[in-house]
Amino acid sequence: MGSRASTLLREEEIEEIKKETGFSHSQITRLYSRFTSLDKGENGTLSREDFQRIPELAINPLGDRIINAFFPEGEDQVNFRGFMRTLAHFRPIEDNEKNKNAAATEPLNSRTNKLLFAFRLYDLDRDDKISRDELLQVLRMMVGVNISDEQLGSIADRTIQEADTNGDNSISFNEFIKVLEKVDVEQKMSIRFLH
Amino acid sequence: MGSLLQPQIKALRGLFCILFVLLLCCFGGKCELQESKPLEPVDSSTVKPFQNHNDEPQAFPDMERENLPVFTMDYPRIQVPFEFTLWVLLASFAKIGFHIYHKITIWIPESCLLIAIGLIVGAIMHSVKEEPPAVLNSHVFFLYMLPPIVLDNGYFMPTRPFFENIGTVLWYSVVGTLWNSIGIGLSLFAICQFEVFGLQDINLQENLLFASIISAVDPVAALNVFEDIKINEQIYIVIFGEGLFNDAVTVALYSMFVFFADMTVVESTDVFLGIARFFVVGIGGILFGVLFGFAAAFTTRFTHNVRQIEPLFVFMYSYLAYLVAELFGLSSVLSIITCAITMKYYVEENVSQRSCTTIRHVVKMLATITETLIFFFLGVVTITTDHEWNWAYIVFTLVFAFIWRGLGILVLSQIVNPFKTIPFTFKDQFGLAYGGLRGAICFALAFTLPDTINRKDLLVTASIAIIIFTVFLQGISIRPIVEYLNIRRTNKDLNTINVEIHTRTMEHVMSGVEDLCGQWSHYYWKDKFMKFNDRILRRILLRDNRAESSIVALYKKLELQNAIDILDMPFGDVSAAPSIVSLTDEKKETSRPKKKFLAADVRKMHDILSKNMYKIRQKTMAYTNKYNLPDDSRTREILIRRHTSIRRSIRAQSFRERQAQNISQAQKYYSLQPGGDLESAFVLRRRSHGGSQLDRLSDHLQASGVSPRSSSRSMLPTNRLNTITEVRNAADQPVPSFAKPHAPEQRGPEGPSFTGREPPVAAPRRHSSNRSNEEEGGQTEPVPPPQLPPPRVWMPDNQDTGENGAGNPLLRQSSQEFGGSKRF
Repeated sequence: MGSRASTLLREEEIEEIKKETGFSHSQITRLYSRFTSLDKGENGTLSREDFQRIPELAINPLGDRIINAFFPEGEDQVNFRGFMRTLAHFRPIEDNEKNKNAAATEPLNSRTNKLLFAFRLYDLDRDDKISRDELLQVLRMMVGVNISDEQLGSIADRTIQEADTNGDNSISFNEFIKVLEKVDVEQKMSIRFLH
Repeated sequence: MGSLLQPQIKALRGLFCILFVLLLCCFGGKCELQESKPLEPVDSSTVKPFQNHNDEPQAFPDMERENLPVFTMDYPRIQVPFEFTLWVLLASFAKIGFHIYHKITIWIPESCLLIAIGLIVGAIMHSVKEEPPAVLNSHVFFLYMLPPIVLDNGYFMPTRPFFENIGTVLWYSVVGTLWNSIGIGLSLFAICQFEVFGLQDINLQENLLFASIISAVDPVAALNVFEDIKINEQIYIVIFGEGLFNDAVTVALYSMFVFFADMTVVESTDVFLGIARFFVVGIGGILFGVLFGFAAAFTTRFTHNVRQIEPLFVFMYSYLAYLVAELFGLSSVLSIITCAITMKYYVEENVSQRSCTTIRHVVKMLATITETLIFFFLGVVTITTDHEWNWAYIVFTLVFAFIWRGLGILVLSQIVNPFKTIPFTFKDQFGLAYGGLRGAICFALAFTLPDTINRKDLLVTASIAIIIFTVFLQGISIRPIVEYLNIRRTNKDLNTINVEIHTRTMEHVMSGVEDLCGQWSHYYWKDKFMKFNDRILRRILLRDNRAESSIVALYKKLELQNAIDILDMPFGDVSAAPSIVSLTDEKKETSRPKKKFLAADVRKMHDILSKNMYKIRQKTMAYTNKYNLPDDSRTREILIRRHTSIRRSIRAQSFRERQAQNISQAQKYYSLQPGGDLESAFVLRRRSHGGSQLDRLSDHLQASGVSPRSSSRSMLPTNRLNTITEVRNAADQPVPSFAKPHAPEQRGPEGPSFTGREPPVAAPRRHSSNRSNEEEGGQTEPVPPPQLPPPRVWMPDNQDTGENGAGNPLLRQSSQEFGGSKRF
């Protein structure tokens, strides 16, 4: 079934990933073993079904969106680099990183990037705006069946109203950042990866 | 609500009274009825009038002596089963009664209520000088009443969190119980040395024995309270596992100490032997459990023709595991638990859906009724036994039980916290310690104390006292205390709706990503085990060993197949799902007047959101709620909504497997010409799938969307639950069906190089390709915005047909055929 991609992770790759994402060596190898175990087709990339095979993800209300976030625009396979790149968003922000010089490119797990990840969960069409419909879709996924559409609609209206400062009836990324400024995003969107 | 309850409560009271009276009559009446029996055979055998062998006056008049008795009553014959049934019914009525007024069970745990009712019944029985049934001897309890409870615990144990945290669980249950027993035993022995209390004839072994009895805690009852305060899954599973395993440890310790209690002198070799025996008992029990579990799994492999008796195997094998372990003196509790855990995974895949449901229901039913009976009898027996009360012993028992449990949890947590990813906070530890109610095991073991112990009555009284004390006091107070400790600091109204929604989104994302990453340290072993499982075990034990996606397994487990059947019924009045007309309407309005939201509205919104938004990771708790079957309604809702996207992957997957197995048959699809016969193509596809359940499922799903035969089903714009897909705005709708022909052409160049991966690849690509279509204006027809409500439901269906891999021609056929008839 196609060419067998090399399943061993080379040192240079580990170094590159380390530089790009900030994970430690052992974290990368551990996540690599997880990657390979998910990769049932054993060709070095994951497809959507590989993700959907995880049962907890199947019953996560936002499961589809999360899976989508791993796949870059229009693609259906993700290799290990891409996998790590997405996971890098969830690395906890360490103190010594906060003082990095501004010249360096913003690390993937900065607060802004974390918020961007969350923003992109809503904003499927990548127009940098969360429209009312997009909001409604996510809301509908997250609530039970007992809420009527009118109620959900007014909740969505209220959400947009609270956040929208320039009156375009949608939430832009900056408005999103502003509305969540008091929330401890660094802590909420971080996983303690085992060393 | 009051008026609604009144007749029900009155009816129940009436029922209670009738039942009481009936019971009393039975007890009271049996003496009279027994004596009437010898009269009858005498009457019928001889013809002698006026002579009877008894001295009392004749019961029957002369003329009836030779005739066939028209109405007889023979109570002694049915006495035992009759009384048993009545007791069970009485306890069940009590349970019904509690739940009528829902609020009661929130504040007072069920065990309290049952004991209370038992006390009342006991008082009544005592006043009529009646003895309670001899339910509580060792034989009946250990052979009949304990197995269902433990089977329930084992069967509904959430295995993944359990095995992830198994170290912690074992640590707290085994070491904790040992700590408790030895600590309490030693301190009580110290107390006994004081002459003033008059307890000097209780020696060390007996104290230890008693201590082992009362260290069997049943914290599961407190779990209901912990659920409401968003307790961490790890802590939850530790509490659950502890309750489970310390039953096993207690029983093992008990048997050991009973043995010691008979000995006058205990040497150090005996202690070592005791420890060795402990391990033998534990490991032996587990081995037997695994053996019988595999046997059960293997048996169910062949039961597809005798579906009616499938549930029987589960029960018989687990009971057998229990009995055989008892035979060899091994830990029967561990045996039956491991049997259930081992068996469950394989059996639930082999048996039919109905058998699966039956098994679960019966397990729950047996466990609930047995536990109910135990608590009930606790109440009854409290009144009717002869008690020996010794203030000092009992008070000190209570004090030491509290102290040692608290200390134990503290020390154990300090030791084990550095090794854990999520350490236990003091609040958690307090919850763990305070939730240590004593339960059924403690009570039963107390009654099975051997009579050789000279202060047995005192020990029994002390046990009962501590059980009642902990159940009532701790049970009732734990909820207010825990809620007090968890007062939210932030005032909810200060949170904007935005914050509430977005933080919940983030939490869901995080739990999803965590599950994705598989965060546990025993991962290496689990991986090895899963490989072993897939390669060897599944082949042997499962009838239909296809590497199914666990999602399909989930579907089957949740009986979603039935749900989808209902959804597909014509004019099925399905849902729960409200209509989504407003969605398309909104889009058309460009300018909407800004609604004014009052503070009251906002508060109401907060309220709605907090009640209805899905909490994260509830599944563990749903499984361990002791009195109910696991609640999977939320899982169902989510899965039904996602079922189209999941269906896509199921079919892609099944296709891929087929692909690997018979390429040649697949080729037939590709060669199907556009004018080809759709029907034959479908038949072909159906046949190729064989009869597996997976394929039935996917076939069914596919058929519901596409098949020409099930036209009645596919025609309607079903009010499906709003299946969510990756559809953007209504305006940007990916093309409806009749614009599909573009898609296959786009895939044209890739057609021949068809690999198994194509199908899923095509679908998302079509999104972007279709969008690019729209932008280029390459559409043949303008895309009218769909009028009917759930466009997003149908869109994915049509897309699904595209990538079922059965080729472009099929897709084009179906879309053209149905393009007109479907309600676009």
